[in-house]
Amino acid sequence: MEEILSVSALTAEIKKNLESRFCAVQVKGEVSNLKEQTSGHFYFTLKDASSQISAVLFRGNARDLSRPLKNGDQVILRGEINVYAPRGSYQIVVRKLDYLGMGELLMQLHARKARLQTLGWFDSSRKKPLPKFPRTIGVVTSPTGSVIQDILHILGRRFSGFHLILNPVKVQGEGAADEIASAIEQFNRYKLADVLIVGRGGGSLEDLWAFNEEKVAAAIYHSQIPIISAVGHETDFSIADFVADVRAPTPSAAAEIATSQMDQLRQYFAKSRDRLRGTVLTLLQHHKKEIEGFKRHPHLCTPLTLIEPHLQRVDDLRSDLNLSLMRNLQEKKLQLFALQKQMIAVKPENQILLLKQKLSTLSRSLAASILQQSSARKKIFDTHTLRKKIDQFFAEALGQKNQKLQQLASHLKSIDPKNLLTKGYCILFQEKNDSVILSTSELKELDKVRLQLQDGKALLTVTGIEK
Amino acid sequence: MTTQTPPSFEAAYARLEDILEKMNSGKVSLEDSLKLYEEADQLISWCSKRLSQAEKKIEILVKNRDAELQQDAQGRPLSQPFGTTSSAPFAE
Repeated sequence: MEEILSVSALTAEIKKNLESRFCAVQVKGEVSNLKEQTSGHFYFTLKDASSQISAVLFRGNARDLSRPLKNGDQVILRGEINVYAPRGSYQIVVRKLDYLGMGELLMQLHARKARLQTLGWFDSSRKKPLPKFPRTIGVVTSPTGSVIQDILHILGRRFSGFHLILNPVKVQGEGAADEIASAIEQFNRYKLADVLIVGRGGGSLEDLWAFNEEKVAAAIYHSQIPIISAVGHETDFSIADFVADVRAPTPSAAAEIATSQMDQLRQYFAKSRDRLRGTVLTLLQHHKKEIEGFKRHPHLCTPLTLIEPHLQRVDDLRSDLNLSLMRNLQEKKLQLFALQKQMIAVKPENQILLLKQKLSTLSRSLAASILQQSSARKKIFDTHTLRKKIDQFFAEALGQKNQKLQQLASHLKSIDPKNLLTKGYCILFQEKNDSVILSTSELKELDKVRLQLQDGKALLTVTGIEK
Repeated sequence: MTTQTPPSFEAAYARLEDILEKMNSGKVSLEDSLKLYEEADQLISWCSKRLSQAEKKIEILVKNRDAELQQDAQGRPLSQPFGTTSSAPFAE
């Protein structure tokens, strides 16, 4: 059953199918056969090595061109397929034309970067500090890419527990920038995370392009939540990296940076605890030393010293007391003794004994005295003895007188001068007056002197005097 | 110190810094320093616990075809567990 269609019907069917199927396409190629109509619309052919397609850029869309279009330009067209029935041809209606080619993209990139920089979006002064303790880490990336896996790997390795919320987005191609921007905005709107990691893996400049888009930059700039960017490889850079609060060279590094504060916190807590412990220990030791100092005080280490003086005093008092007691006792004893003696003395028996003794003594001495008296009387009446005594007395007295007389006679004999003359001595007399000459001074030459010898006298004349 | 839990990690952290500063000033009596030490010790334990014993939770926000967030009855974004094997299909 073959239905026969009219050309119009077929064309209408083709148009319906094509236009709905290719309502939003992106295609890249080289511009050729460029024609600008006076209406301001551009008509050209986009081609690559083996195919070509007609394209129309209406005046309204052409206004957005960064520079005039020319043949040979490598471009990306975004738009829809349109079937032009009158000519039976299809073409792409260009809504957006971007110049491809590294140079072009880089120029755009640098221009945007310079502009945002002058706006102050890259200023370090507006960079937000990362939270010390991110309870929840938000991630804006593709759920199927390697970025989320790298982040989960790092977090899982470092922490047994963490909270991560992934906001899945396209990271390249049509709408990627919109999704990334709105994901950031969503995290902020619902306050879903304490820190965000926004990124994708490495790729060409075109692949990374979404992160160079201004709307992504704006979303990052306006985010209240601190953002770590991790776009591409270490050598790549994107506008997002400049606007982000911290740029991580890789997604793994982003995960480490997001949680580095937590590691620091752990160390901080450990250190704090040590420090506190140290402070308290030092303080305790200080006080301990003080207490030990007190302990060593003589009053405390030997409490006896406190009561020692008192003990001594007690001892002194005790010995004083003892002494006075003893003395008292002694005194009493002595008194008692004396009284006992007195009592003994006044005892009648003793008195009698004493009187008896006295009586016997008296009678004894009386007897002795009588005996003595009688013997003395006896002696006096013994005459014989008396006569003998008188004879002895006279004999003794006669002997004594006799002895004395003889002594006197011999003495008289010794002093008779004639006695001296017998021993050779002579006496010289003056002729004239018979005086004894005792000195030469009494003599003169021719004086006549007389010399008395023992048996006669001689007359002498002085012939010389020698003095 | 009463063993009530601090209102937040940040509050606990701030209080800890406060205590450290006081302790280091050397103007605290032995008795007070022992009290402060005890408090700080509890704060550190609490904070460390928060750091190490967080529940492991990995979520992915649920979006519709137009990349709009799905919301629950309270208007909060819906999420579901995200695992290494159960990645939500997503057309790039």
